[in-house]
Amino acid sequence: MILAVASGKGGTGKTTVSVNLARTIGHGVQLLDCDVEEPNAHLFLGGRETGSEIVTIPIPEVDESLCIACGECGRFCRYHAIVTFGSTPLVFSELCHGCGGCAMVCPREAIRETGRRIGVVETRETDGITLIQGRLDIGVAMAPPLIRAVKARLKKETAAILDAPPGTSCPVIAAVRGADFVLLVTEPTPFGLHDLRLAVDMIRELSIPFGVVVNRMGVGDDRVHRFCREQEIPVLLEIPDDRRIAEAYSRGEPIVDALPEYASHFATLLWNIREFRNAGGR
Amino acid sequence: MPEAKIQELVIISGKGGTGKTSIAASFAVLAGFPVIADCDVDAADMHLILAPSVRERHEFRCGNEAVIRAADCIRCGKCLEVCRFDAVIAGGEGESYAIDPVACEGCGVCVRFCPEQAVDFPESLCGEWMVSETRCGPMVHARLGIAAENSGKLVSTVRREARRLAEEKGHGLVLVDGPPGIGCPVIASMTGASQALVVTEPTVSGEHDLERVLKLARHFDIPAAVCVNKWDLNPDMTERIEALASSSGARIAGRIRYDRTVTLAQIQEKAVVEIDAPSAGDIRLVWETLGLK
Repeated sequence: MILAVASGKGGTGKTTVSVNLARTIGHGVQLLDCDVEEPNAHLFLGGRETGSEIVTIPIPEVDESLCIACGECGRFCRYHAIVTFGSTPLVFSELCHGCGGCAMVCPREAIRETGRRIGVVETRETDGITLIQGRLDIGVAMAPPLIRAVKARLKKETAAILDAPPGTSCPVIAAVRGADFVLLVTEPTPFGLHDLRLAVDMIRELSIPFGVVVNRMGVGDDRVHRFCREQEIPVLLEIPDDRRIAEAYSRGEPIVDALPEYASHFATLLWNIREFRNAGGR
Repeated sequence: MPEAKIQELVIISGKGGTGKTSIAASFAVLAGFPVIADCDVDAADMHLILAPSVRERHEFRCGNEAVIRAADCIRCGKCLEVCRFDAVIAGGEGESYAIDPVACEGCGVCVRFCPEQAVDFPESLCGEWMVSETRCGPMVHARLGIAAENSGKLVSTVRREARRLAEEKGHGLVLVDGPPGIGCPVIASMTGASQALVVTEPTVSGEHDLERVLKLARHFDIPAAVCVNKWDLNPDMTERIEALASSSGARIAGRIRYDRTVTLAQIQEKAVVEIDAPSAGDIRLVWETLGLK
């Protein structure tokens, strides 16, 4: 089972929930850090790196000796990543999505594809947890191909927790697509509710069963709970607004280690998800 | 000539949830009628504080989307073969192939190579952008469609319109509330800005993400300043972060204390500096340090 942890709003506690769930499941679990722009799970788990692979996307390379400057590639490309000015085309690799269209339409087979590095996928082992994280190179705009590369390393037969990036656009979709269940982490504030609504719309569009975790219970009001009640969305865990949690987080300590009295919260969360799924919840 | 005078401050964070929008809303109050651009188009929240009255709405078209006409599909599988984004769903026995709109990147490869020309390629609507009035100044904001792509292009649209508005109406400052991360919408938010303020927090994640976002600012040659929000949550980490910021060539713009009334301001739909919040003075100091007025 793949359990994705997402949220519309950033900083609501996705990584906290992901890391603590992974620690609660323990031996054999995989944790996929798909927040490749800012991967943070490793800061809480430590462990040793066991592998690092460079991820590339295919971009065109033009063989000038074969090119007849017909301009077909430039006319085809939707992303303006290959442009002709009546001469051999220029390639703007940072705009390229790697669809391969230019090479396919070239009548002279003058375009071959070469890899452009976008980031790395690193693997770490710590206390039986396998952490697989993507790390986007600075200045690279497109996160989804790297997120797909992280997910390609997932072993289907063991449980996986997937820490998604914040927001509701393409990187989030790339991360949560194919998950069996999504936990949406929010906080009981106006921003929290507003961004939760967006996230709920997105997950419904993808037709994945989901539930909500309310973090920092006590900071705001009951608007998130009212919304969840109206929409019949299960609230599967509440994490209180406890300054000690924030301080442990600031030092990079998982809650279940720093404040063992909260360990049962995460065990209950897993139990609640299982119950909800067994009851055929959607 | 007037273009050169307009300053553009972009507020970013790397890590999400560090307080960008709360601080940006306060700056909107303090700046004295700037143009406000909410570039966190994925999860725009500024309007919850500034209560904009929408004056104009514009559709945002972001490209094309492949759609297979079932009646003309001969199930040859060519589209499946050429698509690199796993967007083609092979139909079962007797069913046509279909495109998953969520996965489709709009590249047009399947459209081009379908031997039956059975793939349509309509323009897709990806959201909308709006020009509004608020008590603090005009605001340009947007809403990205559900599961839509191309947030970078929408961000660029919002910024371009905000700038145009500033030129037209003679505003000296465009205040940009940016998205979290370092990817395409962040790059679109910051390229060409006159200054970036990075709002971070004294946590291991805040430190890690700050380092990456400052590298991004350097990469695009944007002068950066750093402020640590909730600094007293971990004073040692705050010092470490400030040292990191200085050594990366960023200015230190100040510290903002951990303040639970920030949420109270949000509930009252007010900026932090509009209520009697303990951290309001800290935010004012950061604003003055930026020296934009």
